[in-house]
Amino acid sequence: MSDFVSGFWSTYISVLVLVSVIGCGVFLWMQDKAKYTPGETTHHVWDENLEEYSNPLPNWWRWMFYITVVFSLGYLAVYPGLGSFAGQFTWSSQGQYDKEIADAKAKYDPIFESFKKQDIRAVAVDPKAKEMGKSLFLTYCAQCHGSDAKGGKGYPNLTDNDWLYGGAPEQIMTSIMEGRMGVMPAYGGNPEAIGGAAGAKEVANYVRSLSGLAHDSILATKGAEKFKQVCSACHGLDGKGNQAVGAPNLTDKIWLFSSREEAIIEIITKGRTLQMQPHKDFLGEAKANILAAYVYGLGGGAVAAPAAPAPAGTDAAAAPKTDAK
Amino acid sequence: MQSQATYNYKVVRQFAVMTVIWGIVGMLVGVIIAAQLIWPELNVVEWLSYGRLRPLHTNAVIFAFGGCALFATSYYSVQRTCHTPLFAPALAGFTFWGWQLIIVLAAVTLPLGFTTGKEYAELEWPIDILITAVWVSYALVFFGTIIKRKTPHIYVANWFFGGFILTVAVLHLVNSAEIPVSFFPMKSYSAYAGAQDAMVQWWYGHNAVGFFLTAGFLGMMYYFVPKQAGRPVYSYRLSVVHFWALVFTYMWAGPHHLHYTALPDWTQSLGMVFSLILLAPSWGGMINGIMTLSGAWHKLRDDPILKFLITSLSFYGMSTFEGPMMSIKTVNALSHYTDWTVGHVHSGALGWVAMVAIGCTYYMLPRLFGKMEMYSVRLINTHFWVSTIGVVLYIAPMWIAGVMQGLMWRATNADGTLTYSFVESVKATYPFYTIRLLGGTLFLVGMLLMAYNMFKTIASGKAVDAPVLEPAAAHA
Repeated sequence: MSDFVSGFWSTYISVLVLVSVIGCGVFLWMQDKAKYTPGETTHHVWDENLEEYSNPLPNWWRWMFYITVVFSLGYLAVYPGLGSFAGQFTWSSQGQYDKEIADAKAKYDPIFESFKKQDIRAVAVDPKAKEMGKSLFLTYCAQCHGSDAKGGKGYPNLTDNDWLYGGAPEQIMTSIMEGRMGVMPAYGGNPEAIGGAAGAKEVANYVRSLSGLAHDSILATKGAEKFKQVCSACHGLDGKGNQAVGAPNLTDKIWLFSSREEAIIEIITKGRTLQMQPHKDFLGEAKANILAAYVYGLGGGAVAAPAAPAPAGTDAAAAPKTDAK
Repeated sequence: MQSQATYNYKVVRQFAVMTVIWGIVGMLVGVIIAAQLIWPELNVVEWLSYGRLRPLHTNAVIFAFGGCALFATSYYSVQRTCHTPLFAPALAGFTFWGWQLIIVLAAVTLPLGFTTGKEYAELEWPIDILITAVWVSYALVFFGTIIKRKTPHIYVANWFFGGFILTVAVLHLVNSAEIPVSFFPMKSYSAYAGAQDAMVQWWYGHNAVGFFLTAGFLGMMYYFVPKQAGRPVYSYRLSVVHFWALVFTYMWAGPHHLHYTALPDWTQSLGMVFSLILLAPSWGGMINGIMTLSGAWHKLRDDPILKFLITSLSFYGMSTFEGPMMSIKTVNALSHYTDWTVGHVHSGALGWVAMVAIGCTYYMLPRLFGKMEMYSVRLINTHFWVSTIGVVLYIAPMWIAGVMQGLMWRATNADGTLTYSFVESVKATYPFYTIRLLGGTLFLVGMLLMAYNMFKTIASGKAVDAPVLEPAAAHA
């Protein structure tokens, strides 16, 4: 084992352990040889009446002690413990893990692989794949997106028709496999053009006006110009966002954080970085495929008809979501 | 002839009273966090959130309640079994006020979020230094008293108290080795990193259980059980064997807290085998305590203090059987990270540690305040039944919940995916959390009964220091 910087430490530990384990047994044996006078005390008295009987060790207790010592020596002969000696069974936790993973792969991979070859749209309507996708989702995705996939503050709802990076099967697959990283710099990277905190308030009012929320129209008018100059680079001139960079649509009623004016100002002045880590090395393509199909089939991607081109947002009839506060 | 000198009971009285007070505080915090697990909305502000109250609970019950009980009982018994007043009474007084200050600082800094993040050693570096000062003083007082003893031999209780004091000093110094970076806000970094840090932490953590909560409390047992039973200890030889085997073997057992982690396999195996060897030495203490009653079992019928003491030993035997079993890797693979661990800890903490401390405190209080017995012996009996039911209602649901969680987490479908999501196991645990809260509340109610009984006893008595006794005549 590579835990030791030199052979000395392995020997040191082996000797120390053997002496200690055997020492426990020897100590018990030597103490046990003492003379007992059952029913009589040791004739030492403390604090008026504290005494101790000179009774022998209970037989069953003595043997229990010996058995644990012998068991320990046997265990250390077959399992690692004596320094770098691997034990007769050459067991290691890494070896056990590798074997369990290999067994699982041999047993389960064919099941997952059978779906890998199929189109995601077809997998999305396969009842068996749906069940598997749900289990995988609850294991790997629910921590952020929630058990019901409806997300939470800062974590996108996967059941509506609003997509940061696109709801087509291939786009969902890419999000899972490669991960996503959305960065909005503070003031869109241009604090002068926004005009500091006061300018941020104007822009925030304009942003609220985009989705028909209550706003100060004078401030919003000033903000509109700044939005055009700075924010539109990512969010678009119409504020409908850009899935290529994960810039959210600001004209709908779906808010990843909050639609409150102060909350919008905070995002403008401080910026935001949102990350979903890549899962391709962790899950592999086959499982990611089933997951992508499951997410796609949650209803937000498109009507899950196998042949449909299904661009994002075709399910426009879906009721707009209220603020995800 | 009795000498005119008296034992130093003042510091014993102080610690005994605070044992009850801190017991109530620590257990109340425990009840609050148990409720927070059922109703997360009870996490009202960050200072009182689960993450900050949980270390406050553990510190309060172990070091405030358990610590005060250890100080009180060791100070009481060491002077009586050495037939001499405490060495350095001023230093003994300092240990009381110093320890109370540490507890108050813990109660302030932990909710504020100052923590080293090391379990059971969360207090930050300035408090660590204060702990060291108090502990060294404690050792001086205790061993000073041993040195000036009037008896040729050292009574067995003092071996255990002595072993506990020495080892806790070493544990605290080694595990709390840290590099301070600022005084306010209090912040330091551990002197160790990675797997070594984890190993040192659990070497400390397990021996905090082994020495603070076991060796020290066995010291209590060895004085108060034979005293209350009025019978000699069952076997001197057994006490010798189990003392040395216990203190030696505990030192190795820490790695069983880190099974199937980055800790090297050989270390994990050693943690497991020494935990198994530890079974017999642990049971040695239980046998010696319970068998002391052999021939006088009838006393259990109407002596509620003895009920506390003997029941505590039964719980001690149960949890020291459960511990080695849970240290076996295959069992641990199921039990680790589940509420089974929480149940195990509380069968030891409530069943053993708290009950033996309660019994000993009931023994001391009337003697410290010049009374023949507590204000109400019936109330002690009520306390006993309330807390016994409380312990059972606490640990049984935690066992069931733990095994259930372990099984749910490892259940897989035919396709290899997990049968249950984590949150489903949380949901399934709610009924058990509720029963546990009931059990914990009952235990707390018992402590309130004790406080009432204590204040009534104190109100009708007055502080009395018993005269120092001459040792018994020369041995035959």
